[in-house]
Amino acid sequence: MADPDPRPGPAAAASHARHPTATGAGSDSLEKTPMTEQPILELRGINKSFGPVHVLHDVDLVIRPGEVTALVGDNGAGKSTVVKCIAGIHGIDSGEVLFNGEPVHISGPREAADYGIEVVYQDLALCDNLDIVQNMFLGRERGKHGLLDETDMEQAARETLASLSVRTVKSVRTLVASLSGGQRQTVAIAKAVLWDSKVVLLDEPTAALGVAQTRQVLDLVRRLADQGLGVVLISHNMNDVFEVADNVATLFLGRMVAQLPTKSLTNTQVVELITAGRSGDIGLAKPEVATV
Amino acid sequence: MTDTPAAAPPSDQKQAAQDQAVADFGIDTTRRTTGQAVRDYVDRVRGGELGSLPALAGLIVLVILFGLSSSTFLGLNNIANLLAQAAGITIIAMGLVFVLLLGEIDLSAGTGSGVAAAVMALHYVKGGNLQAGMGDTVFYAFVIGGLVAIGVAVWQRIWFGAVLSAVAVLILLLGVPANPWIEMLLAVCVGSVIGCLTGVMISKIGIPSFVVTLALFLAWGGVILKLIGDGGTLSISQDPVLFGVANNNLSTVGSWLLFVIFAGGYAAVVLFRHFGRVRRGLVAQPTSLMMIKVGALVVLGAVATYLLTVNRSPNPDRVTIAGVPYVVPIVLVLLVAGTFVLDRTKYGRHIYAVGGSAEAARRAGINVPKIRMSVFVIASTVSAVGAIVYSSKVGSVDPNAGGGNVLLFAVGAAVIGGTSLFGGKGRLSNAIIGGFVIQIVSNGLGLIGAPAAVVSIVTGAVLLLAASVDALSRRRAKATGH
Repeated sequence: MADPDPRPGPAAAASHARHPTATGAGSDSLEKTPMTEQPILELRGINKSFGPVHVLHDVDLVIRPGEVTALVGDNGAGKSTVVKCIAGIHGIDSGEVLFNGEPVHISGPREAADYGIEVVYQDLALCDNLDIVQNMFLGRERGKHGLLDETDMEQAARETLASLSVRTVKSVRTLVASLSGGQRQTVAIAKAVLWDSKVVLLDEPTAALGVAQTRQVLDLVRRLADQGLGVVLISHNMNDVFEVADNVATLFLGRMVAQLPTKSLTNTQVVELITAGRSGDIGLAKPEVATV
Repeated sequence: MTDTPAAAPPSDQKQAAQDQAVADFGIDTTRRTTGQAVRDYVDRVRGGELGSLPALAGLIVLVILFGLSSSTFLGLNNIANLLAQAAGITIIAMGLVFVLLLGEIDLSAGTGSGVAAAVMALHYVKGGNLQAGMGDTVFYAFVIGGLVAIGVAVWQRIWFGAVLSAVAVLILLLGVPANPWIEMLLAVCVGSVIGCLTGVMISKIGIPSFVVTLALFLAWGGVILKLIGDGGTLSISQDPVLFGVANNNLSTVGSWLLFVIFAGGYAAVVLFRHFGRVRRGLVAQPTSLMMIKVGALVVLGAVATYLLTVNRSPNPDRVTIAGVPYVVPIVLVLLVAGTFVLDRTKYGRHIYAVGGSAEAARRAGINVPKIRMSVFVIASTVSAVGAIVYSSKVGSVDPNAGGGNVLLFAVGAAVIGGTSLFGGKGRLSNAIIGGFVIQIVSNGLGLIGAPAAVVSIVTGAVLLLAASVDALSRRRAKATGH
């Protein structure tokens, strides 16, 4: 169907084939046993209190490159707090954060970004009155002496979107206001990928989307992992989790009750873990399981 | 959304689905035909992105109306006069666009500019000895205000505000002898001091801009009164430079030189950029449309320059009045500089971003309080330039300088031109079109002998109309997803 003309429509297969070679490590690891891969980001025994409220209790979390890790839990379980601790928005009280096996201390969003950790927030954080290129480079515009290098930015934005096989509207110069929910989410995710990211945290990316748009975003999430990024997906939707996640980390009242491969779990088990903190042998009753 | 599925063979359904799912930027058209571009534009307008279209339409309607009902309205003398009259509020409106882009408002821009004008006139009248002119208390209050402004500007790293404020304090303390250029510089610097003080209260203390500037609107009015004295008037009409700003014209050669510089520069920059984008395969307008746009503006500029260089004196045999008024290059320079800042610099991009969504801008690492404070510094500084122009036009500064309708006309000009009061949308050129509309209403109604009451009512109605257009187009934009 495709080969001679790489750019327009047929690029589907071509671009899929291109990515693994381009990003190397991630795809190889997928074919091997992914669990042996060194984690890109690891939390060990994280504790976090807000005043008298102890929100996170000894939370462990392992994020491996090339994998989608679903972070699930009921409202108030501490999912967002975990994300904010990783993103440097909240400091941690005790515990260790390992990036590429090295202990690191992330003290602010800027520093997290320097490590290649990007967060895509639930409410998107896009400016409606700016176009796609302008939004993708917001706050990190390219150019010298305070001037903008539109050429560079437009080309880089188009390349990033194309490399994610993003289906979008007519032009990268379209205003974000005129995009659909799914397209906006796509732009927000592409924005996070633009910066040579290693870890992307997605806070309920499909919460407000319709069926087709959810499909679109989940495909994109999968492609991110296939490119070798470590992806954390916060979601309430079990279908989404079982569809794209390689493993599921469940938080229950601020405790990490289990992080297990998706294949070894059933929908019911995850729901039990979320609501009761345990399901049969796994979960709170035997905390050592939680560390995998 | 994409036409890829339509293009794929309908029999091969899987293929089509795959194409749709992952169709990459093959549909990302960087170039459109003229027809497509025009259709896209019509779609955008119908979707509520009106820009300055209503203002332009209003401008044409008003010109035709007044042209028909008054014999002098379209006379060359009146047109040149109109330019000089409109310049003051237009310049203030250009400053206000920066504030409006954040969805904020500066109600004190009028009286704040009046303070700048009063200090300027006082410096001129008192031969540079401001301490004697103001009295010790007011003088030291001014110096302290200037020092505070420098402090907060340095704190927030708004360097141009800090430098201009420092210049203001220096001129105050050094007692430089009267010199029209120093006085104009002083006015601009006083504007910057006012802007720093306003901005820091809004961005760092967090008082809503409406309240801060409403309070300052009253306070600055009092300061002007204190500086000039009850019923007093400071005349600046004896100084050829101060008076000439809004009342003199460029020579014929100068006028054409101005045309060549601005029209040529505009054409060169626009076309150079356009062909650069086309060459690099970036999103670009059709070349034909660009040519038409540039051509139309150049022709318009040439016609205007020609008309303004014709002798427009009522007694052509005795006096020659010809040439483009000085206010035109002043407005054009501000327009070019401001548009450059807004469109081509990171700072300008950040202003639009904060106006679009302050939260998104904050998360993107933009220093929102700094941006917020800086636009007030710009607005006040630019409105001080406006104050120089309107004071020059009347040749004096009275306690009512910048009061009355000045601010409301300036806000009106920006909004009528298509700057949104909700933030994130607007251009400096909007303020110029809006300024013309406002001035034509009062000028034209004056010429056909309408009483002041009617002028006020009509101007109010025009502003209301413009604000409704803004609100309705926003609603429509929301409904159509544009």
